[in-house]
Amino acid sequence: MTTATAEMPAFFRDLNLDQIVIVITAAKDEYNLKPYFHAPLKNVDAIMYRHEVMRDLEKKTLFESMNSFARKMREMREHLVRAKKLYYKHQRESWFLDAVELYCGAVQSLSEDLDQADLDSRGLLALRDYVQRYVQSDVFSSLVAETGNLKHDLATVQYCLLIKYGSISVRRYDSETDYRAEVEATFEKFKQAAAKDYAIKFSASEQMNHVEAQALDCVAELYPDVFLHLGAYCDSRTGYLDETIATFDREIQFYVSFLEFIAELKHQGLDFCYPKVTDSSKEVYDFDCFDLALAHKLYVEGSQVVCNDFHLMGNERIIVVSGPNQGGKTTFARAFGQLHYLASLGCPVPGRKAQLFLCDRLFTHFEKAETVQNGRGKLQDDLMRFHEILKAATSRSIIIMNEMFSSTTLRDALFLGKRIMERIMDLDILCVCVTFIDELSCLSEKTVSVVSTIVPEDPALRTYKIVRKPADGLAYALSIAEKHRLTSERLRERLRG
Amino acid sequence: MKAHLLYRDRDFAPERTVAPNERDLMQDLHLNVLFDTMALGDKFILDVSRKVVLSSLGDPEAVLYRQDIIKDCLKNCLIVKEIYALALESLESEKELHWGIFSRYPSSILNGSISVLEAFVEILKRLRSLAEERSSAFQSEGFAQFFRMLKEELSDSYIAVVKYHLKQLRFRGGVLISAELGKGSQGTRYVLRKTRDVKKSFIQRIFSKKPTEYTFHIPDRDESGAKALSELRDRGINLAANALAQSKDHILSFFQMLRTELAFYLGCMNLHARLVEIAARACFPVPAGLEVRRHTFTGLYDLCLALSEGRSVVENDLNADNRNLVVITGANQGGKSTFLRGIGVAQLMMQSGMFVGASQFCSNVCDGIFTHYKREEDVTMKSGKLDEELKRMSAIVDKVSPNSILLLNESFASTNEREGSEVARQVLSALLDAGIKIFFVTHLHKFARESFERQRQKAVFLRAGRQADGERTFKILEGEPLQTSFGEDLYRNIFGVDN
Repeated sequence: MTTATAEMPAFFRDLNLDQIVIVITAAKDEYNLKPYFHAPLKNVDAIMYRHEVMRDLEKKTLFESMNSFARKMREMREHLVRAKKLYYKHQRESWFLDAVELYCGAVQSLSEDLDQADLDSRGLLALRDYVQRYVQSDVFSSLVAETGNLKHDLATVQYCLLIKYGSISVRRYDSETDYRAEVEATFEKFKQAAAKDYAIKFSASEQMNHVEAQALDCVAELYPDVFLHLGAYCDSRTGYLDETIATFDREIQFYVSFLEFIAELKHQGLDFCYPKVTDSSKEVYDFDCFDLALAHKLYVEGSQVVCNDFHLMGNERIIVVSGPNQGGKTTFARAFGQLHYLASLGCPVPGRKAQLFLCDRLFTHFEKAETVQNGRGKLQDDLMRFHEILKAATSRSIIIMNEMFSSTTLRDALFLGKRIMERIMDLDILCVCVTFIDELSCLSEKTVSVVSTIVPEDPALRTYKIVRKPADGLAYALSIAEKHRLTSERLRERLRG
Repeated sequence: MKAHLLYRDRDFAPERTVAPNERDLMQDLHLNVLFDTMALGDKFILDVSRKVVLSSLGDPEAVLYRQDIIKDCLKNCLIVKEIYALALESLESEKELHWGIFSRYPSSILNGSISVLEAFVEILKRLRSLAEERSSAFQSEGFAQFFRMLKEELSDSYIAVVKYHLKQLRFRGGVLISAELGKGSQGTRYVLRKTRDVKKSFIQRIFSKKPTEYTFHIPDRDESGAKALSELRDRGINLAANALAQSKDHILSFFQMLRTELAFYLGCMNLHARLVEIAARACFPVPAGLEVRRHTFTGLYDLCLALSEGRSVVENDLNADNRNLVVITGANQGGKSTFLRGIGVAQLMMQSGMFVGASQFCSNVCDGIFTHYKREEDVTMKSGKLDEELKRMSAIVDKVSPNSILLLNESFASTNEREGSEVARQVLSALLDAGIKIFFVTHLHKFARESFERQRQKAVFLRAGRQADGERTFKILEGEPLQTSFGEDLYRNIFGVDN
């Protein structure tokens, strides 16, 4: 994977992709994963390469192995960070030793897990080869052996402290008996039901105080071989971490984080699929797709998002979305953009079955709040932005437009809208256009009209279903009339009655 | 070590057992009179007596176990009070000496516990001598077991061992703890160790090889060092301090349990003394098993009424063995309610192991006693009267079990007689079929009459007596239900004989 340092693309906010990435990477700051999500892939094979890895990771055991590897590596890093902060030599060295031990364990179980895993992806097969060779290398086996010996030696150290007023004497432990047990046994006969716990919880301070440190120095004097060895080990093993392993540790989190993110939505019954990504056909479809950012938000709130379908066939290029406000129009448009973007990252996308287009660039034109600074009117601003987009767009681009020209008369808006649409049709661009101008939905064979719908009996209720049908501009008004018994039929009835 | 003076095999756990309908029982059976007499102004005895009486024993054997203990108490009042006083003394000395126990420092917890335990040891010693001197005067299994336990568990040698440890735990020679290296080579798994008893001769000491040892000192000015040292010491003694504090608690709860259990017996002693004073009789009842149906007595009176009147009151007899239903009809103010209360109070007292207010009393134990009495009209006007009483009946039905006893006092009377009788018939037939024993004081003539016709074999019918001149006898005798309840008598009494 290319180690990208990419900035967030311009359309991220409009499509709420920024929200998605924030949630996905929330608990993974240390890996700096955002650049991966900001860098779409440019060819189909690279996408396939990631799909393969994703599919492998969808196997539960392997996914668990990756998580467990990540946990150990994280713990290792935490150990190194702490070791640096510590003041006393023996303590610092012990933390370093533990870090290396964690690393050895992580790599060993990774190797075992990969050996047992049923792998199909090019990426993970290559990793398996590498890890196998590394684990068998002299470098690694001597690291494991020396670390193990030292840990064992330290674990056998047992000593006694005789604490008097103002002094502590340290000596080796000599099988003195446990006095508490004797005291407990003495009073055993009085034991009643469960007793209150009087034991004080001592906070485990990682920073030793100077008395503990002096005691430890005495222990080191009692066991000189062990502690001299430890010191030498720390000097010679600073570069223990294998670079490829470290890179893998970070990159795999791109996959893991995304799969973790969609797991909870899958659990809720939402579908995800590996889209067929193509750069040769502009037939695109996705069934039961949804806005991933909204789905997550609703999941947190305890409800579920509404799924929609789209399918552009033959010469169809532009989906024109009209219908009642707050009926899910913008959400639909966003979803279309998100799907294509996520597909270009090599991720599974919302939906049951999908074919998506690998575009060269993705543009969004969403309403912006009026800005005083640039000294232009809103309409002018809208047009300027369109101009920029159309200058940069190619026939392989995708444009998502949301409520253009809402700040002018219908006649103006219709005129300008038609002009813009003509340019887009000329370029043969895939496009979603959310608009209140019905006429835009039937400009040519390239446009497809879809409408957000309502429940006829209660127009206030939204279905958030976007269905393919002519934009008549009436469905909404009629159902309101129905509610007030003002449809011609009901009115006649009433007038008769 | 357990006192086990209330139950042969367990401690008294009032939270678990007190009847769920405690408030109804208190109110309907006038039990506060009973408990006040038992307590003689002692709130603790009051509380314990109430809880014990309201957590009925369900097993005749358990009843007899307590009866025997009560008999011993009545014979040995002074000794029992002395044991009670020792328990009290221990609780008070704990209160005085327990300072430090709630501290965050194991050393304070340890020292506080040692002080309390030293006091406890003295009291335990006195308790044991009392057992040695006085146990022969007691016959009950409960006391025998209690005294035997004191003698066996608290031998001189045992007490010497305890004293030795209490002295050692002051750690005059320093605290010895072992440790291992934990995370980051910090000391961990601190275990308090017993210092070797150094009883070597001078020569031995000179020639024995001293183990390698490194010592460092904390300078006087080093306050944080001194703090760190005492924390290390505290870590070492932490678990021992905990063990000791818990042992202290265990002994404390032994004394608390002893005091609690004896409080009930003190209550019984107080009550008995009062009954003797007012020349009211008492007998130890004969409890029968849960599954059989026994209810036979002579000379039963309402003990609570006698206590509040301060004299003996009217006595009644009954033979209702193998019957499930007792219907009491008859004159107003003829003693029906008093009779019903007497039955309830006696049943509760029997099932707590006490004597009862009767010459002879035998009944089967029940696993729940419920009262359904008239209540004041619902002041909130939320529900009608019948609605209210049926709601209570329904609440009882939620809790009732097949071997329960139900005391119904004029239930279903808040509607007209025909409807009331029908409701009564439906409710009672279902309850009786379930095996529940019912005492029903009623004016519902239709119900009583029909039951009399149909259930003569299964039920007993009683009537509040009335002499020919209308004078009440307050005696309840067997007799078939009659149409009138002699309200006329009452009217005449109050308004004068002739206009």
